[in-house]
Amino acid sequence: MTENEDIPKVEDDALDDEIAGEGLGPAPEGPTATEERRSRQRWKKREVPEGLWLKCESCGQMIYRKELEEKGMVCPACDFHFTLPGRDRVTMVLDEGSFVEHFADLGALDRLHFTDQIPYSEKVKKTEKRTGQKEALICGTGKIEGRPIVLAVLDFTFMGGSMGEVVGEKVSLAADMARQRREPLIIFTSSGGARMHEGMLSLMQMAKTSAALATLNESGGFSICVLTNPTTGGVTASFASVCDITLAEPGALIGFAGPRVIATTLKQELPPGFQRAEFLLEKGQIDSIVRRANLRATLARLVDFGQGAFVKR
Amino acid sequence: MSEPSRPRADSTPPGMAFERPIRELESQLAELEELSKRTNLDISEEVSGLRTRLAEEIASAYADLTPWERVNVARHQDRPTVSDYIERAFDESFELHGDKVFGEDRAIVCSLARIGEQRFLVLGNRKGRTTKERMSYNFGCAHPEGYRKALRKMKLAEKLGLPIVSLINTPGAYPGIGAEERGQATAIAENILAMFSIRTPILVIVVGEGGSGGALGIGIGDRVLMLEYSYYSVISPEGCAAILWKDAERTPDAATALKLTAPDLRELKLIDGVIPEPPGGAHRNPAAALAEMRRAIARELEALQKIPTDELLALRRRKYRRAGEIPGRFPVLD
Repeated sequence: MTENEDIPKVEDDALDDEIAGEGLGPAPEGPTATEERRSRQRWKKREVPEGLWLKCESCGQMIYRKELEEKGMVCPACDFHFTLPGRDRVTMVLDEGSFVEHFADLGALDRLHFTDQIPYSEKVKKTEKRTGQKEALICGTGKIEGRPIVLAVLDFTFMGGSMGEVVGEKVSLAADMARQRREPLIIFTSSGGARMHEGMLSLMQMAKTSAALATLNESGGFSICVLTNPTTGGVTASFASVCDITLAEPGALIGFAGPRVIATTLKQELPPGFQRAEFLLEKGQIDSIVRRANLRATLARLVDFGQGAFVKR
Repeated sequence: MSEPSRPRADSTPPGMAFERPIRELESQLAELEELSKRTNLDISEEVSGLRTRLAEEIASAYADLTPWERVNVARHQDRPTVSDYIERAFDESFELHGDKVFGEDRAIVCSLARIGEQRFLVLGNRKGRTTKERMSYNFGCAHPEGYRKALRKMKLAEKLGLPIVSLINTPGAYPGIGAEERGQATAIAENILAMFSIRTPILVIVVGEGGSGGALGIGIGDRVLMLEYSYYSVISPEGCAAILWKDAERTPDAATALKLTAPDLRELKLIDGVIPEPPGGAHRNPAAALAEMRRAIARELEALQKIPTDELLALRRRKYRRAGEIPGRFPVLD
């Protein structure tokens, strides 16, 4: 049965993943919400269902698993770019063996003693155990086709890539590292927004990351952000939207308010393609859309254009 | 706020139910006062007795508000609005409209203003006092043009050496199709980034609702203060309850869990101070609230203007870079 499993069933802690950020809003209901559900890609222990074949969640095509992996988790039939877990993204972007991770031991604290259906501290513990990671941001140094960079990757598999104190701090530390090392800063985002369980401490990360970027900018630094599916809420409304160059992967949902929140507010259906990367490009909101297959080469080219960064003029 | 309004018993939201005994005493008092005006009866003793009881009732009700009740006070329709502060607490003001790119967003007001000899730029989220005003101000929910207008006027203030006062009172930035098309997230992000480089003092005061990113888009400052019964939150209690509890009935629990009150945020060291409100909240005595606001702005601006600009900016960045942090928890790369 595993071969042609449909979209993985929503299980308890998978649900926690999709709702950890403030941006996406309440989970979609009913059959019409498939478009949106696609953006809420959840990842469980079996990040992709086991088996030789699996079904594209976007077009329904049965895909040979190996082929999907070879194509960097892009559907060969419809070009849908599956949300990549953070570790896979690091591997995909950087030269083999070049990654040196920093600040991996920083973990979340439940400073508000926040309890909804289960205590936040328990949620974090479970997620740590499942992902083998302490938080939703992976950062460090590495090389892209031989060019040294500082990399920060938001991992949607860890509480929906939501931004709490540690995520905000690590983005800021990455900006600090880029400034000290005089290397380009490359950020990948996929996030439901600010992590509600950390209350105002999480909102303040929007300010903190911006303060760090302001200092990087002042020193003449160069930053690139790649928005991937989905990026919403407080992440979009802070560091993700103010890097020097903003790229996006095809089909990525990118917005301030999630589609559910907007549809509920306006009490109307949203136009097809609304808040997708192509829509943002057409509206003049991003610099370019880059297919996953071309990402490494594109980033390498852009880094070369940034050779004049950090030079006082 | 044009006239002190009579209690409106039927329009009380459930979160304001705690005020019912206060409102009853208030209307009894009003009746007695009217009676004494109409007739020659000497009822001054009854009146003063009732006044004492009312003051006690207010003190005891307000001593023990739940976070959800505080949110309701912050949203109270008789609470002074940003327009009230600008029109009635300042000596002069001149509004500057437009982002000069796309349009005029009336949800955010920008005015040159003066208190005594102190001139400054005031920004604020405008909610409106009448239904017509509320609609025209989009209930305080700004579009990207509002944020871009604010940034444009902040740059003017920087050039003229005027300090900036930002009065926050918004449920949040508007979640609409046009807002997304025109870059709501980018407009907010650019303001936050730019406010770290504006070379003039910035004083932020949350006067009612501090609605998430929509508030932060004009909310980076050297000093961030909150009125006693205002709130500031990463998401509305309603939104949080819908997402995390999947149950609107749990909104009061979400309000508690989010730690969104002024005293809570002061304790987390996320704000710099709390401005006291008159007994029973600013909506009960707007004149006193306006006077207190005037004093607070004058005092804070005077203090901020003594700090050399380079130092001011360094302090501003450090304040947010270390916001609410437990000392020593995170590494420092400098």
